[in-house]
Amino acid sequence: MGEYALEAQGLTKTFGGFNAVTDVNLKVRRGSIHALIGPNGAGKTTCFNLLTKTLTPTSGKVFLDGRDITRLRSAQVARQGLVRSFQISATFPHLTCLENVRVALQSNHGTAYKFWRSLKAVSALNERAHELLGQVGLGHQAHTPATELSYGKKRALEIATTLALDPKVMLLDEPTAGMGHEDIEPITDLIRKVSDGRTILIVEHNLSVVSSLCERITVLQHGEVLCEGAYAEVSNDPEVITAYMGGIDE
Amino acid sequence: MTRYILLAVLAVVALIAPFFVYPILLMTILCFMVFASSFNLLLGYAGLLCFGHAMFFGAGAYIGGWLMKEGGLSIELAFLGAALAMAALGWVVGLISARRGGIQFAMITLAISQFIYFLLLRAPFTHGEDGLQRIPRSDLFGVVDVSSNLSLYYLVLAVSVAAIWFFYRIVHSPFGEVLRAIRDNEGRMESLGFVPERFKILALTLSAGLAGLAGAMKASVLQIATLHDLSFHVSGTIIFMALLGGLGTLAGPIVGAALVVLLTDHLAQFGEWALIIQGSVFLVVILFFRRGLVGELQAFLKRRVARA
Repeated sequence: MGEYALEAQGLTKTFGGFNAVTDVNLKVRRGSIHALIGPNGAGKTTCFNLLTKTLTPTSGKVFLDGRDITRLRSAQVARQGLVRSFQISATFPHLTCLENVRVALQSNHGTAYKFWRSLKAVSALNERAHELLGQVGLGHQAHTPATELSYGKKRALEIATTLALDPKVMLLDEPTAGMGHEDIEPITDLIRKVSDGRTILIVEHNLSVVSSLCERITVLQHGEVLCEGAYAEVSNDPEVITAYMGGIDE
Repeated sequence: MTRYILLAVLAVVALIAPFFVYPILLMTILCFMVFASSFNLLLGYAGLLCFGHAMFFGAGAYIGGWLMKEGGLSIELAFLGAALAMAALGWVVGLISARRGGIQFAMITLAISQFIYFLLLRAPFTHGEDGLQRIPRSDLFGVVDVSSNLSLYYLVLAVSVAAIWFFYRIVHSPFGEVLRAIRDNEGRMESLGFVPERFKILALTLSAGLAGLAGAMKASVLQIATLHDLSFHVSGTIIFMALLGGLGTLAGPIVGAALVVLLTDHLAQFGEWALIIQGSVFLVVILFFRRGLVGELQAFLKRRVARA
């Protein structure tokens, strides 16, 4: 096992002549919380999609625990322990919270194709599902359909669903996007809590969340890495300030 | 508890019904109940709109009919043969179409059903425009005579109950849970390590098998299998039945099937006006009962419970 849990080498994605991401090199240290930040349209989400194979890179390679995963499909990547969340809330709206988590637990349970069994076949998973729901503060809402949850709780449910796969590396795409002030802190605490024993890469706009959570930060601009370092370094970097604030003479 | 009482009442009604209502009409309703359930499995629980679902029903009718008439098989083997053959066809259709979603899936299934239609029009054993006629009602297990309408009714009833129970089992299985999750958010399921196509192919295989069974039953009831059974008209009717009753509810399409068959039967006396009346009913349901009759009823009961 190398020092880095997730590594990208020369990652490039072109959409019909437009370079969305160009030659991105990224190393995420095992056990750390690493942030990917940058102004709108910097290519953060594209980067994420490339790392999880939701998109196929035009060139470059992705390594998970030193193994080349560039050629794998996204479902296979998930099974190898790299699981992502989405920018827009990605729950299963017509399933209850319990079912949301349980269906994810089925991913490693070997029951998913059993159409002739009753749900008793997955009742063994209920305990773990309740445990995960409790961990994200949804313990008492196990039988509520996901669609009836508040926005912040949907994000919490999404994290519980992601945790169901016990991923080695979690990629969180703007976990606090669109959240009211009062929801942000619980989610930040939750991310800190679940980061124990895992590696997390996070795309985030809210810089106070980034500064409180992340050990290392990579700044993207126009699809390229602008700089990388700890929060203090990055936030004082003149290039970063220009990228965010806009240059005076621009 | 109320559920068991309801089921018991239904069982009694089903058992004595043929003494009061024409058995052929009842059996037609049962066939369409199974057929509508198979469609519900796809659209209601997997989110797949199959525009050519009649191909499984119609071809199932031909195969079941042929197995009894030319193959000389007993009736249960003819049913089984049709179900298995249609499951195989469903699997092939799944391989071709499951990677696509939404309107693309609908169009591919429509195209394949047209292809099957012309294949059966030209095939030597289908007798072209005439269809398979005078299909015999073979003995059950080769010994029990089911040629009378009444005895056949109880066989069709038993097979339909078993088929709908099988549908219930699929929906409330670990696989059913995965299927509903795929319907809700396919991309998310992929990111959780599932390969959605595989589940859709299995859903299509199971659904096609049930539709094939329904078709074979229909062939034994009306003793005829024609091209009409796999026409786009029947594909459209099944969509109407499912929407009228309520998609994604277990009972909705079953109720819808019964209502549409009865409606068609009663409206037959009005000739061409029948279609206009049917169209109006459809319009009213789409506008005012968006969840379908059973869906609206469930929502109403839920609201009442919440208020109490």
